[in-house]
Amino acid sequence: MKATNELILAIESSCDETSVAVVRDGQTILSNIIATQINSHKRFGGVVPEVASRHHVEAILVAAQDALDEAQVTYDDLQAVAVTVGPGLVGALLIGISAAKAISFAHSLPLIPVNHMAGHIYAARLVHELTYPLMALLVSGGHTELVYLRAPGEFEIIGDTRDDAAGEAYDKIGRVLGVPYPAGKTIDAMAHEGKDTFDFPRAMLQEDNLDFSFSGLKSAFINTVHHAEQKQEALLKNDLAASFQASVIDVLVGKTIKALQQYPVKQLVVAGGVAANQGLREQLAAHLAAAGLDQVEVIFPPLRLCGDNGAMIGAAAHVALQKHEPFADLTLNADPSLSFDYAETMLS
Amino acid sequence: MNILAIDTSSKPLSVAITADDQILSEVTLNKGFTHSQTLMPTIDDLLKLSQLTIKDIDGFAVAKGPGSYTGLRIGVTTAKTFAWTLHKPLFALSSLEVLARNIQQRSQLIVPLMDARRNNVFAGVYQWTLTNDNHLENVVSDRHISLTRLLAEIKELNEKAVFVGEIKPFMSQIFAELGHQAEFAATTANLPAAANLGLAAIDATPIKDIYNFTPSYLRLTEAEVNWQRNHKDEGHDPYVQEV
Repeated sequence: MKATNELILAIESSCDETSVAVVRDGQTILSNIIATQINSHKRFGGVVPEVASRHHVEAILVAAQDALDEAQVTYDDLQAVAVTVGPGLVGALLIGISAAKAISFAHSLPLIPVNHMAGHIYAARLVHELTYPLMALLVSGGHTELVYLRAPGEFEIIGDTRDDAAGEAYDKIGRVLGVPYPAGKTIDAMAHEGKDTFDFPRAMLQEDNLDFSFSGLKSAFINTVHHAEQKQEALLKNDLAASFQASVIDVLVGKTIKALQQYPVKQLVVAGGVAANQGLREQLAAHLAAAGLDQVEVIFPPLRLCGDNGAMIGAAAHVALQKHEPFADLTLNADPSLSFDYAETMLS
Repeated sequence: MNILAIDTSSKPLSVAITADDQILSEVTLNKGFTHSQTLMPTIDDLLKLSQLTIKDIDGFAVAKGPGSYTGLRIGVTTAKTFAWTLHKPLFALSSLEVLARNIQQRSQLIVPLMDARRNNVFAGVYQWTLTNDNHLENVVSDRHISLTRLLAEIKELNEKAVFVGEIKPFMSQIFAELGHQAEFAATTANLPAAANLGLAAIDATPIKDIYNFTPSYLRLTEAEVNWQRNHKDEGHDPYVQEV
């Protein structure tokens, strides 16, 4: 694509990261300031929405100023302001939205509303050229979805979790193992030191659909630990972690392969916080090859772009701008349960 | 000096534009819409009706709290972002003082209050300074307090007090406790008027650190209160940290 030197100021505040970025043409990051609140929320073992909203007010303008400084741009250089409108915590989303509206109004810049999940997918655009149709596996603390993109900006959910998200399951069993929040990274590391000895269930893996379920796994895990406690047996924590992770990854990988068989694509984007998981990265590549899908190019955004960040919002906003999607007006509100549309096959 | 004044601290929305000691325009909406939907369109309308643009605004004033947490954040984030992005001063006033400024009685105590649920209120005590007609003195600081305790304290002050703001649900209790020591503001005075905020701002000191300016919630979150029972809130890594 011809470089147009289109610059977007993008704001993300849907959960516990306040992030502002400047992105050129939806692919080059000029700045991507991320202020995390993790030191605050780990006090409570999870994100407390009211605390998160308060921190966003403290952090938003510092992040915005740093993003403009680092990118060395002024408002005159910008084509648009983009902001996450959902899904996420409503009070948190409203901080980014209020700031984005004020900036866009003050400088007469169009305001682009962005779906946070589109941002996660388009984080890949910042490191790789994308070809369509495209498949995305979105795994985070709030979502586990297979999304099919027929064309840029056309999202269809073809598989979804019926209960917990994968990342949520990590945090819940993390609590049982006494791993501090957020648990994903530690459990991933523990899993690499242990063996899959517990043989936890692989929910829905044999079913034809592309849906996920992790609450049965979570219950099996908790029951195993409680049962051992009652009998005063010591279980190897690393083996528990390895067994849990093996089940999660088997299901994620198995369903993704099924999706790729039903929907032929050239590329698979793995996105969201759980895309940082080393076990998932290793297993996915190995199993795709074994399933004869090695022609599918797997794109994992770099770790910094897997978590919530403004640059991914800028990348998704670029796609919306190219598609001439309508800009937001001044009444723009947060949409905490915003979702992509479900494929027709999912609605029957 | 043109000031755009914003009060989103409770259910009603009030936005005004003032020029020095003149009110140019004011809108107060009390229909229960969400502030995120109505604040910016109201600002846009008010500027257009006043034949001004946002670039004509020389300073921004905001009601900083106490009040509804989400509402406060929308007003404060909007005002501080405007001030920052347009390099203009930011002024902030207690949202209780904004209410108190609706009362013109010069000799009485003024008790602005907001409902904080479970018979608690956000309240303060104010009184006009006789020597300076734009200065409202804060006699007792804004607090989150049970209505019972507030009324006991007012009783001890033993001066006539005008109650203003979200007084409707509390009137019978106030009258039962204070009798004729208490007076009640007229209906029109019980809604926040952002023009008062704009007019007060010209005598206020601008906020020094706009970046770190946050609402005056006057209450910790429940999660923090519980945590602080067993932990010391010091010597920790920064709670918000660029990575």
